[in-house]
Amino acid sequence: MNNIGLTHILFISCGLFFIGIYGFLTRRNLITMLMSIELILNSVNINFVAFNKFLWADKLDGLFFSLFNITIAAAEAAVAIAIIINLYRHYKSIDVEVTDTMKF
Amino acid sequence: MKEIVFYILAAAILVGGLLAVTSRRIFRAAVYLLFSLIGIAGLYFYLNYEFIGAVQIVVYVGGIIVLMLFSIFLTQGSGEDMKKPLLGRVIFSALAAIFGCGLVMSFINGHEFTYSAKPALDPSAENIGFQMLNTAQYGYILPFEVVSMLLLASMIACIVIAIKIKVPAHAILPDNPRYHDDIDLPKELVLEENEVVA
Amino acid sequence: MLSTNLIVLIPLLPLISFLLIALVGRKNFPNLCGALGTIALLTSFLLAATVAYDYFFVAGKVNGIYQQMVPMKIKWLEFSPNVSIDLGILLDPISVMMLVIVTFISLMVHFYSLGYMKGEERYATYYSFLGLFTFSMLGLVISSNIFQIYMFWELVGVSSFLLIGYYFDKPSAVAAAKKAFIVTRFADLGFLIGILVLAYYSGTLDFQTLITRLTTPTDQLHAITTASFLGASALTWGLLLVFMGGAGKSAMLPLHIWLPDAMEGPTPVSALIHAATMVVAGVFLVARLFPVFSISCPSALQVVTWVGASSSLFAAIIACTQTDIKRVLAYSTMSQIGYMMFALGVSGYGGEHGLGYMASMFHLFTHAMFKALLFLGAGAVIHYVHSNEMKDMGGLRKLMPVTHITFLVACLAIAGIPPFAGFFSKEEILQAAFHANTTIFVIAICTAAITAFYMFRLYFNIFWNKEYHAVSHVHDDHAAHDDHHDHGEGPFTMKLPLMILGLLSIVAGFLPFAHLVTSDGKPLETEFHITFSIAPVLLATGGILLAMVFYKKENPRPQAIANGLKGLYTAAYHKFYIDEVYLFFTKKVLFNLVGRPAAWIDKNIVDGTMNLLAFITEQTSYLIKRMQSGRVQSYAAYFFAGVIGFVLVFIYWWK
Repeated sequence: MNNIGLTHILFISCGLFFIGIYGFLTRRNLITMLMSIELILNSVNINFVAFNKFLWADKLDGLFFSLFNITIAAAEAAVAIAIIINLYRHYKSIDVEVTDTMKF
Repeated sequence: MKEIVFYILAAAILVGGLLAVTSRRIFRAAVYLLFSLIGIAGLYFYLNYEFIGAVQIVVYVGGIIVLMLFSIFLTQGSGEDMKKPLLGRVIFSALAAIFGCGLVMSFINGHEFTYSAKPALDPSAENIGFQMLNTAQYGYILPFEVVSMLLLASMIACIVIAIKIKVPAHAILPDNPRYHDDIDLPKELVLEENEVVA
Repeated sequence: MLSTNLIVLIPLLPLISFLLIALVGRKNFPNLCGALGTIALLTSFLLAATVAYDYFFVAGKVNGIYQQMVPMKIKWLEFSPNVSIDLGILLDPISVMMLVIVTFISLMVHFYSLGYMKGEERYATYYSFLGLFTFSMLGLVISSNIFQIYMFWELVGVSSFLLIGYYFDKPSAVAAAKKAFIVTRFADLGFLIGILVLAYYSGTLDFQTLITRLTTPTDQLHAITTASFLGASALTWGLLLVFMGGAGKSAMLPLHIWLPDAMEGPTPVSALIHAATMVVAGVFLVARLFPVFSISCPSALQVVTWVGASSSLFAAIIACTQTDIKRVLAYSTMSQIGYMMFALGVSGYGGEHGLGYMASMFHLFTHAMFKALLFLGAGAVIHYVHSNEMKDMGGLRKLMPVTHITFLVACLAIAGIPPFAGFFSKEEILQAAFHANTTIFVIAICTAAITAFYMFRLYFNIFWNKEYHAVSHVHDDHAAHDDHHDHGEGPFTMKLPLMILGLLSIVAGFLPFAHLVTSDGKPLETEFHITFSIAPVLLATGGILLAMVFYKKENPRPQAIANGLKGLYTAAYHKFYIDEVYLFFTKKVLFNLVGRPAAWIDKNIVDGTMNLLAFITEQTSYLIKRMQSGRVQSYAAYFFAGVIGFVLVFIYWWK
């Protein structure tokens, strides 16, 4: 624990965040894009928890934020999947390239 | 010893995440994601936040991943490879991500954090529950209620969005091109003329 | 007592009649519009006469001097506490005189047109235009500041344009209307610049203040006379430019080319606008600013003199060769206005020296009477023979007795035979010229003789010469024949104005004009030298006799003379090729050297710039349209790039 400080954990969350970004930008399947979003959200949660642990250990606010984030992520995932299913019914596909009707 | 545990966790998180976004089999991608999320839960345990680690496992692993797997089953064959992403986009995204990552990491590296010297509060379920349902200052009862409303709303929304609409046959007029262009309803969804909608 | 309300009503009544006819009457009661306009004008005239009576005999004189009165003045546009455009009424002898002339001639024309224009398709429109014109002209003469006069000046120009182009289905009328408008507009450009110059230096637009500041030694006068441009002082330039506007409206050389063509309008309109009222606006303008011309800038007055004198001789010569009777009258108008102009030019300010000014105004007055009469008479003749050409006429004296007598009276008046009106005013002008400048006097007296000659050439050609043959024009032979039995000389409405104007042409000269309208408001004592009058009268009589010899009976003498003076005759017949010079200048020089390059610039550079802008916009939009691809991932990429960009900016730039 001595050598492992806040910086290390932040590196992890940072790496996870950009992995999520990369996935979001490259994936063409809507469900895998949703997974990328989950990764991004989780990296944020890690941040909250880590800051709470190392900087404000006398409080629990970071934890609460993480908890609410998880809740909201669950809600978001549920709605997103509902939308994906609905889209699938329309297009018979969940390729993001197909759903480009909202343009110019 | 603890360091080894940390590095293992870190490897699980990052490698799992990387594989989750690069694997061309969607089912595997979900499983890699699962590993990554479990790694994160492990990280929480490692930081002695057992409660949130448990929540992470329950909600993500038990809820969201399962939900995704179901949606994968619903929407496509899980065995086939997904289409390859466009090469140009891969290069661009990888460069952007690496650049962003380097940028942020350099900031983190250059920043001196001042660790708190105050005695730590026990993050036990008891304390968490007490503060979360507290109406006094620093109590989280209002966000808690708001989030519960949000969950309710999203639940209803999911039902509304994903529900299969049964359209009576007489509503689909053969000479109305809108219905033909717009929605290709599977045949079984179209009720017969004399069928009564329950 | 001079009631403001009454004075305001004088111009307002024609305006009301115009609006009423144009907006309501034209559609609903077109046949009553003539009567409506005439009644409005009659009221207006009676009011004007009352005002004139009040002004000249009751209220206008203080200590024996006619005062300038401003019964009404409203701030209309206030730019700053010092600079504002007012609307006002300025009454002084000349404006009151003009009020009477304009309303009276307009009334005569309105009345005459009841008969002349009867059955025209756009009868009501005609009357509405007449109302508009009368309103503008009245507004012009009572304007209390130079900007107001400019506005009414333009209104007059517009109504003149409308009336010249009244027969808008005739290409020549359309061309004439455009020509008149463009030429006078061109002159008005000078007028506007002149106004700006004068107003800039004097710091006011108001006539009274302007005249006071520019005639007494003030800072403004000093400034305007010391500022110089191309060797002349700003004052000279300002006055000359104002005079340019006046010359345009008054058809002075070389801006006269529109006036003969303006005869395309209905003849009563020519009588009203292009003979008696509008064309003297230039004279009126110079008279209005006369103190400035006379006291502060005699050199500008010299220009006025020479332009007037040359126009008068020039037009008189051309008039001898024209065969369209209305064109003859048009040139005679130009000649007579030239008379008025140089009379102003040779005049001094105040007292005995102001004889020319008085004479000019007097001539303006009498000229309005007999020139309107001539035009209305010509109108009656044209109405009868359905042609403007002299060769279609002749021997009409028995067929049109009233027209014949009144026309003769008018011809005698314009020729300056005593005791007709023109004699008196012309004598005053000649006297003034005689005292001022011998060359001008010689020109004037030559013009007088030529005037007598061409007027009687006109008279004899119309009423004597050969016997009248109605069948001389084949095209409307049958209709014409019927017409003659129908209307004879013309209805009563046409004869009455002729008779009234004829009577006035006889007696107008006996008005004690020198006591009423003078340059400084003080009555002027004029002696009447019987010896002085002998020469002009003899010359005029000589001109008449010459015309009689040539034209009373059909004979080959005129043709012989024309052949003898072939070069001069042809040149004069073609109006000394002034039109051709203008055409050459506009077509060859202006169009090629200015118009085409300007068009090229407009087409290629101005339009090109705009097209380029449009093209760039279009191309850019095509390019960036693709950003709105509807693809979530592209949006995410932009978003991400934006966030990174902001991070960099906030961290490295704005620390």
